[in-house]
This record gives sequence, C-alpha cells and structure tokens, in this order.
Amino acid sequence: MNGAPVIDVKGLTKKFSGRTVVDHFDLRVPRGAIYGFLGPNGSGKTTTIRMVCGLLKPDGGAGTVLGLDVLKDSDKIKERVGYMTQRFSLYGDLSIRENLEFVARLYSLSDVRDRVDASLKALGLADRAKQLAGTLSGGWKQRLALAACMIHEPELLLLDEPTAGVDPKARRDFWDAIRDYAAEGVTTLVSTHYMDEAVQCDRIAFIAYGKKLIDARTADIPGEVGLSARRIEAPALDEATRRLKLAGGYDVLARFGAAIHIAGRDAAALAAAAKSVEDLPGAEVDIIDAGLEEAFIYLMTGATDNFANGLDTRVGA
Amino acid sequence: MISLSRIKAVFLKELVQMRRDRPTFAIMIMVPIMQLTLFGFAIDTDPRNMPTAVELRDEGPLTRSLLASLAQSDYFRIVRRVANESEGERLLRSGAVSFLIVIPEHFERDFVRGDRPQILIAADASDPVAAAGPIAAANEIARRAFAPELDRLPRRLRTGLPPYEAVIHRQYNPAGETSMNIVPGLLGIILTMTLIMITSIALTREVERGTIEALLSTPVRASEIMIGKTTPYIMIGFVQTAIVLAAARLIFGIPFLGGPAPFFAALFMFIFANLMLGYLISTVAKTQMQAMQMTFFVFLPSILLSGFMFPFAAMPAWARAIGECLPITHFLRIVREVMLKGAGFAEISGDLWPIAIILAVLAGLSLARFRRTLD
Repeated sequence: MNGAPVIDVKGLTKKFSGRTVVDHFDLRVPRGAIYGFLGPNGSGKTTTIRMVCGLLKPDGGAGTVLGLDVLKDSDKIKERVGYMTQRFSLYGDLSIRENLEFVARLYSLSDVRDRVDASLKALGLADRAKQLAGTLSGGWKQRLALAACMIHEPELLLLDEPTAGVDPKARRDFWDAIRDYAAEGVTTLVSTHYMDEAVQCDRIAFIAYGKKLIDARTADIPGEVGLSARRIEAPALDEATRRLKLAGGYDVLARFGAAIHIAGRDAAALAAAAKSVEDLPGAEVDIIDAGLEEAFIYLMTGATDNFANGLDTRVGA
Repeated sequence: MISLSRIKAVFLKELVQMRRDRPTFAIMIMVPIMQLTLFGFAIDTDPRNMPTAVELRDEGPLTRSLLASLAQSDYFRIVRRVANESEGERLLRSGAVSFLIVIPEHFERDFVRGDRPQILIAADASDPVAAAGPIAAANEIARRAFAPELDRLPRRLRTGLPPYEAVIHRQYNPAGETSMNIVPGLLGIILTMTLIMITSIALTREVERGTIEALLSTPVRASEIMIGKTTPYIMIGFVQTAIVLAAARLIFGIPFLGGPAPFFAALFMFIFANLMLGYLISTVAKTQMQAMQMTFFVFLPSILLSGFMFPFAAMPAWARAIGECLPITHFLRIVREVMLKGAGFAEISGDLWPIAIILAVLAGLSLARFRRTLD
C-alpha cells in the first residue's frame, strides 16, 4: 500500500431525474487494498462504481482514478480497469472461449490466443472452452466473468456484488483469487451485502442514501460505531427475548444460534437491559466486544432499505 | 483512434451470434425465396390469354393476317367481334374483355397509299401490370403480321416508319408499369426489409440482455461498435442479392444489360445505408419490441413511396419528397436502369450520390445518438 491512492475522488455526485442518488461522495482507495462498499439496496453503491469506471458521468465532483482525471480520461481509465457487473453480462450465445477472445480483442491485446489459453487453464475450463456461456452454472458464470475482466491485467478491479447467488465454496474460491490479485498489487473495490465478504476487506465504507456514514479499517469499525455488547445464553431464549424487549435500552438484538446478542451505544442502558434477564434459570450473561455484524445491523437499522424511498439505481439507466 | 482490433472483436462476435441464431439466419435467406415466389409466380406479372374484342370496319387480307397473328400470340384471345365502338366500350368497361382492337375503315387502302391508318388498341389498364405486357407485345405482333406486305409496297413508302400507326389507349389508368419492374424492385424491398430489421435490434438486444454494461466498460468506441455490428450483414445482403438475381435470370428471364461495376457500387452503398438506418433505430429504441415497430414504420413508405408499388412520377410533390429521402427510391431507379436499360455510372450518378448522402447522414446521426455511458 504505497504511493498515490488508486482512487482519489471528492464530492462525487449523481442525480437521476432530479433525485440525488450519490451525494458528495469522497473516496480514497490506496494501491493494493481490498475496499468494501456496504449499504442497503439502492444506497448508491452501483452508481458510485459506475462513475469510477466511466460508465456514468458524474454531475459533480472531481478527482483521479489511477492518476487519470475521472471526468475527462474515461477512455484511458477503461483500459486499466476491470469491471465485473452485478448481472452476468457476457454473451450466453457465445462459448467460453469466444467470450474471452472477444474481451481480449476489445482491449487490443497482442497475444489473444495465448492470453485466452492461459485464462482458460487458470479457470480450469480448458476442456470446456467450447461450451456456451449461457449453459454454465451461477458459480462458473461468475468465475468466467472474473476471468474476462482480468484478461487485460487491470490495476483496478471493480466488483459489484460479485458473489450474489453463488454457493459458499465458490464464494471462498472467489475470494482466494481476489486475495491473490491483491498480493500482486491489484486494487479492488467491491460492493457487497454479505458479512463474510465484508470481513475479507481491508477497509469498509458504509453507504446509505448516497452518503457515506462510516469509512474505516475493517477491524476498527465496531469501535468507530461505539457499541457495547452482551451475550446472553439461557434455556428459555423466548422468555429472555420477551423480557429484553420489555426492558429496552439496546439498539441491536440478534439471535446467534443458542444465544442472543444485544448491543447499544448507551452502555448504562445496555447493562440495565442485561440485568432484566440475569435471574432467569440457567441464564448466563457475558460482556463481549461488539463485532462487525452487530455494527452493521446497527447501521442498517438506522438506514432502512432504500427501496422504500424509490432510490433503486440497480436496474435500468 | 479507431482500433482495428476492437472492430474485429465486435465483427467476429456478431458473426458468431448471427450463425448461432439459426431461426433469424434462416429467415434472412428464406425471405428472398418467399418474396420471389409470391411476387414472381403467385402474382403473375405477365399475364397471357387476355380476352379481347375486335371491331373490324375493313376486312381485307391485311386485317385477316393481323387477326391471325394476334390469335397466335399468347397475349390476346379474341372472344368477340363487335359491330360498333359503343358496344366495344361497354364490354371493356364491364370487364368482359380487357382489350378492344379497332381496325378503321379503308385500312387496306390507306395502308397501301402510305397514309398510315390508325389501329386503335384500347386497354383496360385499371391493373397496369396486367395490361402492360400485351400492350408492349401488340406493336411487335402488328409489325410481324404486316412484314410480308411491307416487302410488296412501293419503294417510296419504305421510309422505315411502319405504314400504319398503332394508337394505344390505356384506359382508366394512364400510367402503365412494365412487368419487368417487379423482380428488380423486389431486390430493393427484400434488402430493405431484412437488413433494417436485423440491425434495428443490434444495440437494443445488448441493452435488454444487460451485456451493454460490460461492453461499455471496455475501451471500445462508438464508431467501432457501429462498424463491427453492421459489416457482418453486408455479406447477408450479397447472398440475398445473388438469390434474387439468379432467379431473375434463370426463372423470370429478366436480362441484366448493364455492367457489374455500377451495380455493385450502388448495391454496396444501398446495403450499408439500410444497415445504418437499422442501427439508427437501435440507438433510439429502448426495447426490441420498439425497434420492430419502428422498423415497420420505415417499411411502409419504403414500399409505397419508393416507386416499387406505384409510379413515382404520379405521386404528389410531398410524397415524392419523402420518397427521395429513402435510399430504396434511388436504388430502385438504379437497378432498373442498370438491369433493364444497361445504364453505366454516368446515367446512375444522379441516384448514386443521394444514397451516399443518406448513408453519411444516418451514420452521423447514429454516432451522435449513441451514448457510451449508461446515463
């Protein structure tokens, strides 16, 4: 993580027919980082990523991507960025090889055949190269899409909810690949809903209503949010939940298997809430450090799903 | 900078997709065959055995040999002899006969004297296509019928002009198109229909399938997408042309009098103009459905105002103005000139440059319409 940041934009703003979808967004992503975008649906994650790679023209703001002007140099930026769209956007009626060759030629690579062969081998798809991309399973489609946007060896990888609808094994493999790229110096900006993806990131920005609510190193997020937390185990969890709800004083209540976690910014109120269940038979209350999950549930509760406000930017445009 | 590699990328991709899309590919090839069959056979452009009435006010040997020649030709079938002109007119108007041939009084005498008597051929031209063939044939039939007599005429009368005059009245419709027009015209219609239809979904399909997002995230330029997406269909256009021309020659016996160079120059520009028109539609249409509707919006004037269906000269000025803006109008003229009249570059240049201008305007509009962002 050295040198100038790969993404350095300030005041990025985007409006769709009068509605502000991204509002004065600042973003600095250092080289080699894996940077996570979290936030509810329609919070402006996709729009921000599209502005960074030149697919949308910002209505306001300025800055650089890979040292190039984000407003003027989008052609040059595109040559050095790999963008993996949320929806599978390769050609279902082309074979795996044809899709990769198509993309390789679009980047004017000199050794199309070799690059595609290497990519197919790395994918483990060399013997299925002639299969139509449309017939692949979700996990394989996603690997193919990643291979396609890596074929020109970009310095910056933009991933928009890359593992939606992919099984856990494929998701793990996917993240192993991203980690490998990061080790080689590739910078990654990834939007996600999934906690197990969020923990893979070096740094996380939490977005709601087009604004950045928090921007910190992943490990620092719970501290930034400032939550205290308790873990409650009891044989009668339903009764414990009822009592907690009656007592109040917490911001987050979530069940984790046979336990309940409660968390809140008001430490005293949280302690009082925990007290209400201590006398339950077999109850055990532990003070714990609030984790990423509690922090995000807290943040999400504050910023309810933006679909309700008609701020969906994922489809169309 | 336009990159050949990127054009090649789009070009090859389109080619593969075209080949994979079997139904569409089949339609592109089947349309010419189907249209030719419909227009060429089901709709007989050169009808024979037209019912004919004759009114003979002079019945000499010349008249008899003319009647014999008419009867021998396939075109006329003499069904009635009428006593006077009003009876003939009545038959013609009622549709009982399609032709009325009147041999005037003293025909034989005037013929020999060199007074050039008039043979009246009145045709029911309400269907111009049906009337055109027999009318064209009538003169030739008369010439042949009188040929032996001509040799016996005094030398002073052999001036080169026939010693009679065939007066043709195309009744009910003064404009008559010749049947030869249909098949060459069909070439323009087939190319317009299929090529505009196929390129009108060039971009909308990418938008609907969501592939446009990945495509636009690459460095590919608008002009590269346009060229790469349209050029594969040039080949389709040439295959269709080959089918129509082969059928025109082998099945319909239509001559190809002109040289290949002016024809191919016009063909190439016309095909490209159609592809650009379709591509422009695809930059405007939001869905494939919309693209189809817009395509049909273009078809109607192409068929009606281009001179394919109706004579161009007979249309009002505003309709002709629209027609002049359609590439097919100019192409039809060129094809007819080249195929039927043997025209060269000099004769067709007046219709060649309008196609070039239309082509340039369409390409410019398409590029101006195309957005390389998702805004």
